[in-house]
Amino acid sequence: MSQADWEVVIGLEIHAQLTTASKIFSGASTAFGAEPNAQASAVDIALPGVLPVLNRGAVERAIRFGLATGAAIAPKSVFARKNYFYPDLPKGYQISQYELPVVAGGEVSIRVGDGDDAYDKSVRLTRAHLEEDAGKSLHEDFHGMSGIDLNRAGTPLLEIVSEPDMRSSAEAVAYAKTLHTLVRWIDICDGNMQEGSFRCDANVSVRRRGDATFGTRREIKNLNSFRFLQQAIDYEVQWQIELLEDGGRVHQATVLFDPDSGETRMMRSKEDAHDYRYFPDPDLLPLAIGADWVDQVRASMPELPSALASRLQQSHGLSAYDAVTLTSSRELARYYLETVEAAGMALAKPCANWIMGEFSARLNKAEIDVADAPLSPAQLAGLVSRIADNTISNNIGKKVFDALWSGNGDSADAIIEAQGLKQVTDSGAIEALVDEVLAANQKSVDEFRAGKEKALNALVGQVMKASRGKANPTQVNELLRRKLTN
Amino acid sequence: MLNASLQELASALADRRISSVELTRSVLDRIAAGNPRINAFVHVDADGALAAAAAADARIAAGEAGPLTGIPLAHKDVFCTEGMPTTCASKMLANFVSPYDAHVVSQLKKAGTVLVGKTNMDEFAMGSSNENSHFGAARNPWDTSRVPGGSSGGSAAAVADGLIPVATGTDTGGSVRQPASFCGVTGIKPTYGVVSRYGMIAYASSLDQGGVLARSAADCAPVLSAMAGFDPRDSTSLARPAEDFGRDLDGSIEGLKIGLPREYFGEGMDADVRAAVEAALDTYRSLGAITVDIDLPNSRLAIPAYYVIAPAEASSNLSRFDGVRYGHRAAEYADLAEMYCRSRAEGFGAEVKRRILVGTYVLSHGYYDAYYLQAQKLRRLIADDFRRAFGQCDVIAGPTAPTTAYALGAKCDDPVQMYLGDIYTVAINLAGLPALSLPAGFGQGGLPVGLQLIGNYFAEARLLNAAHRFQQATDWHLARPAGE
Repeated sequence: MSQADWEVVIGLEIHAQLTTASKIFSGASTAFGAEPNAQASAVDIALPGVLPVLNRGAVERAIRFGLATGAAIAPKSVFARKNYFYPDLPKGYQISQYELPVVAGGEVSIRVGDGDDAYDKSVRLTRAHLEEDAGKSLHEDFHGMSGIDLNRAGTPLLEIVSEPDMRSSAEAVAYAKTLHTLVRWIDICDGNMQEGSFRCDANVSVRRRGDATFGTRREIKNLNSFRFLQQAIDYEVQWQIELLEDGGRVHQATVLFDPDSGETRMMRSKEDAHDYRYFPDPDLLPLAIGADWVDQVRASMPELPSALASRLQQSHGLSAYDAVTLTSSRELARYYLETVEAAGMALAKPCANWIMGEFSARLNKAEIDVADAPLSPAQLAGLVSRIADNTISNNIGKKVFDALWSGNGDSADAIIEAQGLKQVTDSGAIEALVDEVLAANQKSVDEFRAGKEKALNALVGQVMKASRGKANPTQVNELLRRKLTN
Repeated sequence: MLNASLQELASALADRRISSVELTRSVLDRIAAGNPRINAFVHVDADGALAAAAAADARIAAGEAGPLTGIPLAHKDVFCTEGMPTTCASKMLANFVSPYDAHVVSQLKKAGTVLVGKTNMDEFAMGSSNENSHFGAARNPWDTSRVPGGSSGGSAAAVADGLIPVATGTDTGGSVRQPASFCGVTGIKPTYGVVSRYGMIAYASSLDQGGVLARSAADCAPVLSAMAGFDPRDSTSLARPAEDFGRDLDGSIEGLKIGLPREYFGEGMDADVRAAVEAALDTYRSLGAITVDIDLPNSRLAIPAYYVIAPAEASSNLSRFDGVRYGHRAAEYADLAEMYCRSRAEGFGAEVKRRILVGTYVLSHGYYDAYYLQAQKLRRLIADDFRRAFGQCDVIAGPTAPTTAYALGAKCDDPVQMYLGDIYTVAINLAGLPALSLPAGFGQGGLPVGLQLIGNYFAEARLLNAAHRFQQATDWHLARPAGE
């Protein structure tokens, strides 16, 4: 048998750290990177007698997520205690939600792959629930002892659980990326994967094609990059298939992915699984969310990326690929919309090209975010407009873009003016140049006349060079062709 | 002075017949002399108390005194007190000093009371005899071979013996009312949510409620009023306006309908307790109250429900005592698991361990439905019983406990017998109702008997009124143990 005989089944659990300024059950700050234990209050370190008080900001973010995915917001949900001992879990239990989560159901549309093979798919969500994060154990630098940093303890998390709807690592990554975009888009999570603000656990199983029931799954914990998510799933799938083809059986287990070796290895088997003894937390009343609260949150919701993407296809004439790319972050989408606003709807497509091309390449190269781009949408719109009205050519446009990027805030017009980049469209002036070039390049002229079409390009290049790039290339082309075929 | 009521003390302080410093000194002397006999205090802070008393005197001199300014008081050692040991009478917290005050503690400081020290209790408030204390049992001042009741045994014994005019307690299944009954003092547990649990070390969160022990209902009222009130740090604290629980103390009880649950007057109650309770009811009738028989058909389910829910919550609440951040840590261990095991094995006493084990069991996978969920259903049935009963009566009366104080050690080997002593009190916590115990006479051996009054939700003022009228007509609450 081969891999083609097997079907892969994947479900993801994603922990999104919510962007509240303070923790989910205490007033301590959630800012990243403070001195160990500088942001741990009496509640966070679980002193005797302290009690949790729910941060409504965390609930509001959960509601936003539910609304963004078409899920049901539970009018009543319950916080439960998940009991286990670990030094970075100060209370000896984690406050989470178990039987009644705040968000139930919902779905996310994903686009898998790009180019001709790309396809759309919907992934169903099981639930999303609120919970607190644990602290961190530090096993180095303490001379054989372990240090405990409780700054992260009590940080609000939304755990987003999908149905086992994904059938490849590519689908899993597309889903994770879509959620990553969505949570940032609706301002509930900063999405910083290096700092652990967005972490994935993948439940992976395989079954023979046509089997009605799922195979036994193993859960890969704590994947903090999309690349690791893909690598871990691919390795795990291969491992499970080989095991089954050799007559073995998959046993339910929790595994860790080692990025260095690219392998997954067992952390604990089902037999070692904790009995968490969940029960409703008697320190917290059931969480009641009235329709008025939901309506209030709904009124503050931005247009969602999926809605904006279809709007861009319909009204801006963009391809599906362009639309998805430009809605990959709210900042990028906003930049695009503002550029089109300034340039005019007729230039929606060239604006998209510039932003996805030169602009994105520069951002990547400089490793900066859209918000930190040195040129404004209005400046970029000025550039696109000047190309569109033939004031400059596309090539000269790149020069102007350079000036804008390193710029002092000058407009495209000012730069074109100052550097004398204005395209030459005076046909008399162009004709003079063409004649000069034809006279000086008899070889190319002969080749073209002999049927070598490419020779024309060389001549065009010569004319452009002679004009220092300012001649209108279309005009040059036409003129040359006319003169050569006469 | 030490037999005076809070009102008398307040007027003596106001009239400058005595200063708070003088009063506090006499309390400290009384504790020094009397505590060795009854072991009611586990910590006394003489310097802190005298400083607080001096500050109270200044407030009195400045004309800024309230009804409790300058009154010495003790807290059950379950309340966190900044800069003073807070041990829960456990080896686990023997060296723990809280960096903050419980809400109850700060409220009573604001009211101007003088915190003298911390009282003995059953470890983590688990017990009915005060024998489960790392610091040794407190003793009943009426007979020091007997238990003072528990878990607020130290507070009850200290008040009964005149070591302190008033002390706080907590009541999870009867821990204020039963020791009040055993020691012949008045103890009230308000409606769940009236007193903030912030800084009150949790035993069973859905049942725990702070309360007061004092000589009389009139003494309990102002202290409860000062302790109570909404606290945003406790999500189960009720957002209600501040209340003067003593506002109706002197109101008439003519026509007050007292319900007598048939289930509380059946088998199991000692004859001397029955006689005292019946006599107390006669007194009420003579004061114009009307008694009506009522039914609480699910009463017998209260003990099993309580001894599932309370240990379940306790097993989780006590997980934080792991030796990692504070509290007892074993001296030697090979790895993390052993550090946990040894620290907790050494730090907790037998009854605490028993309840952690029971609680862990009933929450375990496969048992949760049969025990914990079932117990929650019983809890609703019990609350429904009371709801129906209060359609027929204004307050409910009966014995606080089936016996008077028993001998030290008498029930230590049989926890179930000990648990059955809570038969009349635990249902009230399961329903979240207010209740109090007041001295109703004496049984065999001259031991106090308590009468329990149970009110509907937020009926504290009415309960205190009913108790006060009884205390105006009787002098059981004024009787004092003879001492050595």
